[in-house]
Amino acid sequence: MPSDADLSPTRSFQGLILTLQRFWAAKGCVILQPYDMEVGAGTFHPATTLRALGPKPWKAAYVQPSRRPKDGRYGENPNRLQHYYQFQVILKPNPPNLQELYLASLEAIGVDLKLHDIRFVEDDWESPTLGAWGLGWECWCDGMEVSQFTYFQQVAGFECAPVAGELTYGLERLAMYVQGVENVYDLNFNGGEGDEKVTYGDVFLQAEQEYSRHNFEAADTAMLFRHFADAEKACRLYLEAGAPESEGARHRIVQPAYDQCIKASHVFNLLDARGVISVTERQSYILRVRELAKACGAAWLKTEAGGHSSDQAAAA
Amino acid sequence: MPDLLLELRSEEIPARMQRRAAEDLKKLVTDALVERGFLYEGAKAFATPRRLALHIAGLPARGEAVREERRGPRVGAPEAAVQGFLKSAGLSSLDQATTVTDPKKGEFYLAVIERPGRETLDVLAEILPGIIKSFPWPKSMRWGAASAQPGSLRWVRPLQSIVATFGPETETPEVVPFSVDGITAGTVTSGHRFLAPEPFEVRRFDDYVQALERADVILDADRRKDIILHDARDLAFARGLDLVEDEGLLEEVAGLVERPVVLMGSFEERFLEIPAEAIRATIRANQKCFVLRQSGSEELAPAFLLVSNLVASDGGAAITAGNERVVRARLSDAKFFWETDKATKLEDRLPKLDTIVFHEKLGTQGERVARIAALAKEIAPLVGANPALAERAARLAKADLVTEMVGEFPELQGLMGRKYAALQGEPESVAAAIEEHYKPVGPSDRVPTDPVSIAVALADKLDTLAGFWSIDEKPTGSKDPFALRRAALGVIRAVIERSLRLPLASLLKGRFAGGGDERTADLLAFFADRLKVYLRDQGARHDLIDAVFALPGQDDLLLVVRRVEALGAFLSTDDGRNLLAGYKRAANILRIEEKKDGRAYDETPDAALAASGDPEERVLAEALAAARHEASAAVTAEDFAGAMRALSRLRAPVDAFFEKVTVNADDPALRKNRLLLLNALRAATREVADFSRIEG
Repeated sequence: MPSDADLSPTRSFQGLILTLQRFWAAKGCVILQPYDMEVGAGTFHPATTLRALGPKPWKAAYVQPSRRPKDGRYGENPNRLQHYYQFQVILKPNPPNLQELYLASLEAIGVDLKLHDIRFVEDDWESPTLGAWGLGWECWCDGMEVSQFTYFQQVAGFECAPVAGELTYGLERLAMYVQGVENVYDLNFNGGEGDEKVTYGDVFLQAEQEYSRHNFEAADTAMLFRHFADAEKACRLYLEAGAPESEGARHRIVQPAYDQCIKASHVFNLLDARGVISVTERQSYILRVRELAKACGAAWLKTEAGGHSSDQAAAA
Repeated sequence: MPDLLLELRSEEIPARMQRRAAEDLKKLVTDALVERGFLYEGAKAFATPRRLALHIAGLPARGEAVREERRGPRVGAPEAAVQGFLKSAGLSSLDQATTVTDPKKGEFYLAVIERPGRETLDVLAEILPGIIKSFPWPKSMRWGAASAQPGSLRWVRPLQSIVATFGPETETPEVVPFSVDGITAGTVTSGHRFLAPEPFEVRRFDDYVQALERADVILDADRRKDIILHDARDLAFARGLDLVEDEGLLEEVAGLVERPVVLMGSFEERFLEIPAEAIRATIRANQKCFVLRQSGSEELAPAFLLVSNLVASDGGAAITAGNERVVRARLSDAKFFWETDKATKLEDRLPKLDTIVFHEKLGTQGERVARIAALAKEIAPLVGANPALAERAARLAKADLVTEMVGEFPELQGLMGRKYAALQGEPESVAAAIEEHYKPVGPSDRVPTDPVSIAVALADKLDTLAGFWSIDEKPTGSKDPFALRRAALGVIRAVIERSLRLPLASLLKGRFAGGGDERTADLLAFFADRLKVYLRDQGARHDLIDAVFALPGQDDLLLVVRRVEALGAFLSTDDGRNLLAGYKRAANILRIEEKKDGRAYDETPDAALAASGDPEERVLAEALAAARHEASAAVTAEDFAGAMRALSRLRAPVDAFFEKVTVNADDPALRKNRLLLLNALRAATREVADFSRIEG
């Protein structure tokens, strides 16, 4: 049976995840599980996109499997994957010592700050599909980008008030670094040795091959175009159905609508990977998803979690 | 005299913004002081990744006292006037005012108001918050709990502390009393993020700089650059290598570290198969590292220099190893791109260009390539190039845009195409043209010499210009998003520097989507404008350029330039200056008389009538006929100096004519013929230029 040592972040992939979860749990974050839909990045999780909006404080951390259909390499590239894990931390408002907390988390996973060169290199983040942008950095460890650090300024077209700080760790890269491994598929997943050892390749290599084939060759584009249109329509339908019944009342169906926005975004990524969207159409698809995200953001601000005060609701 | 020390410490400031921000800080603070009458001896601003700092030396402790005299009413004026005066002058009774006697108006009251100078400390406390709140960062942000409220402080990244002290060298300076959005100015800062994070107190600039050095922060970016450059050269030298110097990278790297430590890493020799430019591009752009050459050779060495921000406890071994891993992965990618690219011939990539939109209204890259190829073939004979080679080069010129390597490093466009073309056995001039057809890229870039390169370069630029002219996307003011001015200048420089004869009008006509003649004329006018700017930079007179362009059919830029040169040389001689004066006189008379008579005098003068008139009249008539004929023949032969010589022979007869002959003779026939003679002078000069556009 695996020992505690096998769960050290420098010996196993899952040890890295567990360590980050414990670290951020100790800082007051709710530790969520991955969102149960296909997304391109941890930012799409409603725990980030929606919760970043409105005045209510919020602290959460979670692993999010992220799908980038275009990045598939049939399992042949040592560090490109169409499915990988992000570890996402969102703190609203950002605490004044967020950089120090981040550095402490690196120490927790075995990066000795007296030995390694950590750098904050300018990187302005923007998500055209989410209508979001922020300022921050790529965090470099000895010349390798290991995290993104962003102060959200706007999400779904709305100013963030207060601003949330978002940290995104690229788990595979970080694990490769702390384990000293050059190929992602060689990562020790469970910390076991000999027969007990399970590698990242054991878990995901076949999936990478199959999904690359699917994303580039097989995905049913006629169906996907239909799904895009359906998701777009459903999103609007749900927002309409949950719209406030009177002036100042709350919105009642935001998260199911937002799910449809997420779905449209992923379907668009698949169509893009299949190469069936032309350059000019591409922009218009991105705009259509952004319109959904904006509508969901506007609706979210009319919910309780979005900070819509109950006085307003009662008065209505 | 007291000094100001100001430090604004924040989270990491983007490297590219630091230098400008330091300058802005200096300017804003010193301008605000000067505006309030506070002069200083010197000011210097600094930036590191985590702080902006400003030192202003030699400020006065307080501003100058102001003495103001205010005149009041006459002595004995009504009570209301006296009260109004006391109130406005801030006096409680007339005892505080004096009286003055004016010889005209008699005796009146005078108040002398003395205002002491303001404390500089107070003025600084008043100025600084506003400067911080409205600092001109290119991009700024809000953060933290304060950002819940509108109007919270914006800074490039979260601002963490402010040091602001003011005082003379010999005493403990005072803190400038102000705060911005909850951050209160004080005397405490901290050093290097990892090497010396503990807070410490500073008093004034001198001890601030020293304390920072003890805390592993080198405040001055230029010193950090010097350290990096010297250490890099030394490290390279010790291994028998030369640093490939790169000022842009050096500036950027100096903005990424507070305490530079240069380390050398290496990579496997096998990566040197990748073109050197691609190795450099990947190591520079992705890793911000310097590449090295074998000493005294152009060959790259399998090594690189990185600049870390840490004096590591293991001497940098782990940092070097980590960077080597990343460089290796990047070079593996580059090698993969290089090898993948080599497997596909450039012409096999062309269909892909049909799927890429060049511009919404101008079709695909594929369509563009077809246009450029046709035009290059047409231009080739005009520039001494083989038409088949020019067409071939043009067809392949954009194929590298769809290679992996150029997809990853757009700055390698052209260069990679040349490499791939050479590898697939294209003729040398075709391969060279693929790279060189983008040239000249800027004013300091060279114009290609190979005729095939020139043909493709001209075709590319003319197609771009004609295309954007067709859809009315011309440069306006400072906006030139498609770099059309640069394209036109490239054509002009190629024509002039390589002495090319290019009939622009006929080359351009038929390349516009609609309204060919009008657009050709408009684009030629644009060329004329750009040529004027170019020639003016070379010292030519803009009026001479106008004078030549005013003639019809001036679409051969080389001839325009030669004519301008000849005209300039002619007008700098006595003959030229006098002839110009004679021309102006003739033109003035004609303008007045034509207006008076309501008709134009534009027929040929009657030679017999002239011969029977004054001798000067006869001589001028003969000289004009000869000069015009000779000038015209010389222009046709493109002998502009000869044409000027022909005109120069008119000087004496023109001078003599004006001296002896009365134009407005009483005899109407004589008068008419004399006016026609003047017109003949106008016509003769028009053989070389429109003299009416010439100043002086």
